[in-house]
Amino acid sequence: MAAITLTIDDKQVSAEDSQSVLSIAQEQGIAIPTLCHLEGVYDVGACRLCLVEVAGVNKLLPACTTKATEGMVVRTDTERLRKYRKITLELLFAERNHVCAICVANGHCELQTMAYNQGMDHVRYDYCFPKWDMDLTHERFGMDHNRCILCARCVRACWHIEGAGTKNVAGRGARSHIITDMFQPWGEAESCTSCGKCVMACPTGALFERGSTTGEMQRDRTTLEFIVTAREKKQWIA
Amino acid sequence: MDLSELNQIKERELAARKKYTLRCCMAAGCMSSNAESVKEELEKAVTEAGLGQEVEVRGVGCMRLCCEGPLVQADPDGILFEQVDPDAAKSIIAALKGGKAKARLGNPQSPFFTQQKSIVLANSGIVDPERIESYIAADGYQALYHVLRELDPNEVVTEMVTSGLRGRGGAGFPVGLKWGTVAKSPGAKKYVVCNADEGDPGAFMDRSVLESDPHAILEGMAIAAFAVGADQGFIYARAEYPLAIDRLKKAIKQAKAKGLLGAGIFDSPFNFTVDIRIGAGAFVCGEETALMMSIEGRRGTPRPRPPFPAESGLWGCPTLINNVETLANVAPIIRNGGEWFAGIGTEKSKGTKVFALAGKIKNTGLIEVPMGTPLRTIVEEMGGGAPDGGTIKAVQTGGPSGGCIPAHSLDTPVDYESLGKLGSIMGSGGMIVMDQDTNMVDVARFFMEFCMDESCGKCIPCRAGTVQMHHLLDKIMDRKATARDLQKLEELCDMVKSTSLCGLGQTAPNPTLSTLRFFRNEYEERLQPDVFGPRGNGKPAKTKASA
Ligand SMILES: Cc1cc2nc3c(=O)[nH]c(=O)nc-3n(C[C@H](O)[C@H](O)[C@H](O)COP(=O)(O)O)c2cc1C
Ligand code: SF4
Ligand code: SF4
Ligand code: FES
Repeated sequence: MAAITLTIDDKQVSAEDSQSVLSIAQEQGIAIPTLCHLEGVYDVGACRLCLVEVAGVNKLLPACTTKATEGMVVRTDTERLRKYRKITLELLFAERNHVCAICVANGHCELQTMAYNQGMDHVRYDYCFPKWDMDLTHERFGMDHNRCILCARCVRACWHIEGAGTKNVAGRGARSHIITDMFQPWGEAESCTSCGKCVMACPTGALFERGSTTGEMQRDRTTLEFIVTAREKKQWIA
Repeated sequence: MDLSELNQIKERELAARKKYTLRCCMAAGCMSSNAESVKEELEKAVTEAGLGQEVEVRGVGCMRLCCEGPLVQADPDGILFEQVDPDAAKSIIAALKGGKAKARLGNPQSPFFTQQKSIVLANSGIVDPERIESYIAADGYQALYHVLRELDPNEVVTEMVTSGLRGRGGAGFPVGLKWGTVAKSPGAKKYVVCNADEGDPGAFMDRSVLESDPHAILEGMAIAAFAVGADQGFIYARAEYPLAIDRLKKAIKQAKAKGLLGAGIFDSPFNFTVDIRIGAGAFVCGEETALMMSIEGRRGTPRPRPPFPAESGLWGCPTLINNVETLANVAPIIRNGGEWFAGIGTEKSKGTKVFALAGKIKNTGLIEVPMGTPLRTIVEEMGGGAPDGGTIKAVQTGGPSGGCIPAHSLDTPVDYESLGKLGSIMGSGGMIVMDQDTNMVDVARFFMEFCMDESCGKCIPCRAGTVQMHHLLDKIMDRKATARDLQKLEELCDMVKSTSLCGLGQTAPNPTLSTLRFFRNEYEERLQPDVFGPRGNGKPAKTKASA
């Protein structure tokens, strides 16, 4: 591991060469919006919100999966990026049924917060209004596909932190959806250990604890980080 | 197997040639119009006429003019019979002796044939794809011998660099450079993958090559494996290509039996095995990282690159992935030298390109032309122009990732750079000709629907963006859209192109962008006045997007 220096938004910073652009920016207090990134599991570069401009590269690169290199010059907040981020959020809101006023996660939703922060005040595209079901077969947790943004954080938490491999993505394109086991109802998924890590991982109201009120929908993300840090670094700190 | 054995097989095969050969196309196009019975009837007729010593009936690969199939060609005079009926078999045999055949005569001297230059398809229509001896008689596996016994891996890579060959899977990446990178990547285990997923609608070049000359792919893969230091190869073919898969299986079996695959090939220390993996026909699985996920038995979704497969591919090992047609060029390049290949084509696009010619054109089928051939030569001379007195409006290349080239640009040479300048791409070789009745908005919508259906759903811009772009195109088609919608469409095209994770999303807007560039009026004439404008009723039209 070697130390490198790079420039992020005109700020010279030093970092380790194994670090992603995202983690360096976070250390420096430079906020790059993310949705599919989750501390503790590997990154997949799927939501495209963290795209940044890198001098000399003609494509936009996802900060979460791009390793920093010596002398890199990164811009995280250009007009072009802001425009794309807003469109990305509009596309998400038009894709499924995000009715914040009646959502369990109202007020504690990363998607909602992101939309506020990025100044997405309305959606210019026609809503798709797809018909998606809820899965309320599990005794403690529920899944509302209408709120799912397919970030696959639950899938990664389930496979790589809990190691149960219950959650998966099925279908493709706009018909993609999260399934449990071999597309069994959650309550009948034998591999599920009911650990609730997927619920902790979910950024929206798609996964929730049954019977909890909107006010109780604070996600306990630190638990996930705590487990991963304890396991990988043998440190009992979150 | 050593060189003298290889030559013996070749000589024996050549010595067994008969006075007359009836080559019958046994590729999927002709097979679908009853070519199998034609061949059977011809064989029967030969036996009945007692000409078994004089006439060979040989099943061969694609003879190119697919629209006139089943095709039969009689050597030594090269008489071409089109749309052959099984009942005509007897008369065709009689025709060899001067009788009159009850079959339509084709013209092998027409520009469709004479303007072709065959490197990739050199054996197609000549060699029996189901017999390794037939391939060996056409100098098959000589290049592999030369490479294994007389060159070192570095020299093979250098030869590929000299040739200037670029990947035929779509992006046109220099082959020598890719091979060199994999060769240099550290790792005890490496793989070679042949991408035979061919998912572009209307494209069938790779299928034809596999059906017509499967050993050429095996030889190309073995040479590539030696050059990069791999000992295991995979051919990823789609399940929709059962004949190609069947012939590959046969070819692998025969090559193994002759010691041309397996351990210690040509008594060298080089080992190489090839396995087939069958894909379920998802377009996105042609994308290299998704393809490798699929080979590993996982859900076929792309992942961000870097790391590129050359560094970390199958099971994290350095992996070389090349397209079918790319690999089919390898043995000829080794046999004739990189310089020879570099002498064909244009400055930056070397060699030839195979196209599947389809759409509103008289002669549809498979063509191979030198890079730099003007589109006009292909479409008007070789293809014979639009049928029924129609006029050509545009030529689509590159399938769902490509664009439409308008008729006024038909003098464009086909090479990577020229097509790129027109907002299209070479792509893998689908070429669809469109006539005056084609609605270009509809064309854009068709390809957008394809991309929407084939999007893997992993990243948001492609998954949700294609749905919205398709919806907007739908609205324009239905004359329900306003200038504002068109503006939204253009904005989305730019956004999806710039932000999608893999090539599918990054190129999905191309057909829309290119038709907007050359046929913008067709979009604009369908627009409604803005409801909030001077003539609107103040109520926005209610529509619902659906996937
Ligand atoms: C959506 C998508 C589909 C693709 N489909 C194919 C295909 O069917 N066949 C192919 O050879 N390459 C396909 N490619 C290109 C491959 O990713 C890869 O670049 C190619 O196989 C490399 O081989 P080459 O260098 O010989 O061209 C596709 C790429 C994308 C983004
Ligand atoms: S359920 Fe939640 S965590 Fe899982 S993919 Fe959907 S939004 Fe992401
Ligand atoms: S661009 Fe489309 S196909 Fe490619 S990863 Fe994104 S959703 Fe999947
Ligand atoms: S956080 Fe990087 S792509 Fe989603």
